[in-house]
Amino acid sequence: MDLLTEIAILVLAAFVGFEVISKVPNTLHTPLMSGTNAIHGIVVLGGLLLIGPAHGFLNDLLLVIAIAFGTINVVGGFLVTDRMLGMFKGRKPDPELEPGARGEAGDERSEAG
Amino acid sequence: MSRHDVVQLLYIVAFSLFIAGLHMLRGPRTAVRGNQIAAVGMGVAVVATLITRGVGDWILIVVGVAIGTAVGIPAARGVKMTQMPQMVALFNGVGGGAVALISIVEFRVTGGDLELQSLIPILFAAIIGSISFWGSIVAFLKLEERLKGRFAIPKVVNGVLLGVAVVLAVIIAAGSDSQLLFWLILVSAGALGLLAVLPIGGADMPVVISTLNAFTGLSAAAAGVALDNTALIVAGMLVGASGSILTKQMAEAMNRSIGNVFFGGLGAGGPALPGGGETGGTVRSTSAADVAIQLSYARLVVVVPGYGMAVAQAQRAVADLATELEKRGVEVLYGIHPVAGRMPGHMNVLLAEADVPYEKLKEMDDINPEFARTDVALVIGANDVTNPAARTVADSPIYGMPILDVDKAGSVIVLKRSMNSGFAGIDNPLFYEPKTAMLFGDAKGSVGEVLAEVQAL
Repeated sequence: MDLLTEIAILVLAAFVGFEVISKVPNTLHTPLMSGTNAIHGIVVLGGLLLIGPAHGFLNDLLLVIAIAFGTINVVGGFLVTDRMLGMFKGRKPDPELEPGARGEAGDERSEAG
Repeated sequence: MSRHDVVQLLYIVAFSLFIAGLHMLRGPRTAVRGNQIAAVGMGVAVVATLITRGVGDWILIVVGVAIGTAVGIPAARGVKMTQMPQMVALFNGVGGGAVALISIVEFRVTGGDLELQSLIPILFAAIIGSISFWGSIVAFLKLEERLKGRFAIPKVVNGVLLGVAVVLAVIIAAGSDSQLLFWLILVSAGALGLLAVLPIGGADMPVVISTLNAFTGLSAAAAGVALDNTALIVAGMLVGASGSILTKQMAEAMNRSIGNVFFGGLGAGGPALPGGGETGGTVRSTSAADVAIQLSYARLVVVVPGYGMAVAQAQRAVADLATELEKRGVEVLYGIHPVAGRMPGHMNVLLAEADVPYEKLKEMDDINPEFARTDVALVIGANDVTNPAARTVADSPIYGMPILDVDKAGSVIVLKRSMNSGFAGIDNPLFYEPKTAMLFGDAKGSVGEVLAEVQAL
């Protein structure tokens, strides 16, 4: 691919990124950061592409570390984001919370903790 | 269609899924699905790469992925929500580190014999990736409080390190194929990342983490240009855009420029507030029983949480208190300053963990008009973000910073460990106002006592 095409993609991606991210509300900024952590785990592709052509112990070692780092980002990032987003709950449809229901919720919590 | 075309097509599918996934983060209802869609996109990108011609050394690939998975899964499962800033800092770091390592291997594999259009992005990726890695490690250690104390690094040192990295990069771009020079670039950029973050205090961490997030994304995009990989370019740039937006918002919420955060630092101690001395004097201390009565008979209570709530792990106690008050017909809302805590959105995640519905978490601009009709503002472990000096005292270091107008509420209760001033070392005139009462002690303990008193009423 020629350089100018790549720069065009780069610039368009930047505009799309600004447009999409600026719609994310403050309340989701922490999951946004951990989610983007996961997405920049995409660097794992670089390690995968290079490890075939690369030879020698040092190159292999550096790339295995790079692949491990990228995988940490991908696996850890998506999982922790999922965990966090699962905690964001809206108001219950029925605002009349029964005392019993509250007690149950409390029990669940203490079990989870 | 050749295999190359299939791979390219799959990359387009992958980055489309990333964009669609991020788009769904616009609301808590759709966000879970959005994250899953982005994860599918990542799966597509990885598969596309694995079927690329020439990809091999499967044993090493499996070893790398296995190590990453073995570290990543328990980390993601076990991390406490109060520790999210550290976790994100660490994730920023490993991403930047991976980019730096990939850059040097690409340089070594080609023997430095690269066209400029690949070489320049590789050098850029190496510098930014290395800064991000070492800067993030320091941010992590500071957030974990394993690295304490104040460090003063002369600005000139950072300038010299950056200069060295850039000059070496220019020498390589001009034709040198010395690996030693490339390693030196990584070392000087790494030292720059380390020393730039070292002097930065806790309250500035939201800006630092966001900046490092942006750096990691940009370095990945640069690596994508070098490796002719569209998925890397687009994904890296999306992350770069996200980090940049957050950095800008955090800096604006503190009324400071990014340069000021990294190279200015709030004057340690600073000149004593002129206003502080005059209004100063008596602080009214109160008891849990009095607070309970005040809260129970209020119509609207606005809770203003800060880092102190996170440190004390008081989020559940706060949520339980709010539930108890709501049972008595009191409306409870939360006013959340953008830089409350140690990273963007830190307080929101903690309160979500404690089952507070997200509709009750109000952003600064939405809650400020409400303070006029607020009976009690309950400030829990927050300080500088409530300091009215930001509005009134022109020579205050935080003058101009947007704050939560808690002083407009009918009365203010501040839960605080002691009278120590906040991170910025600035006296808070709010504490001396006649309408303000202080409840001293650990936030979790204090809230628990208040809850018990409310229940006993």
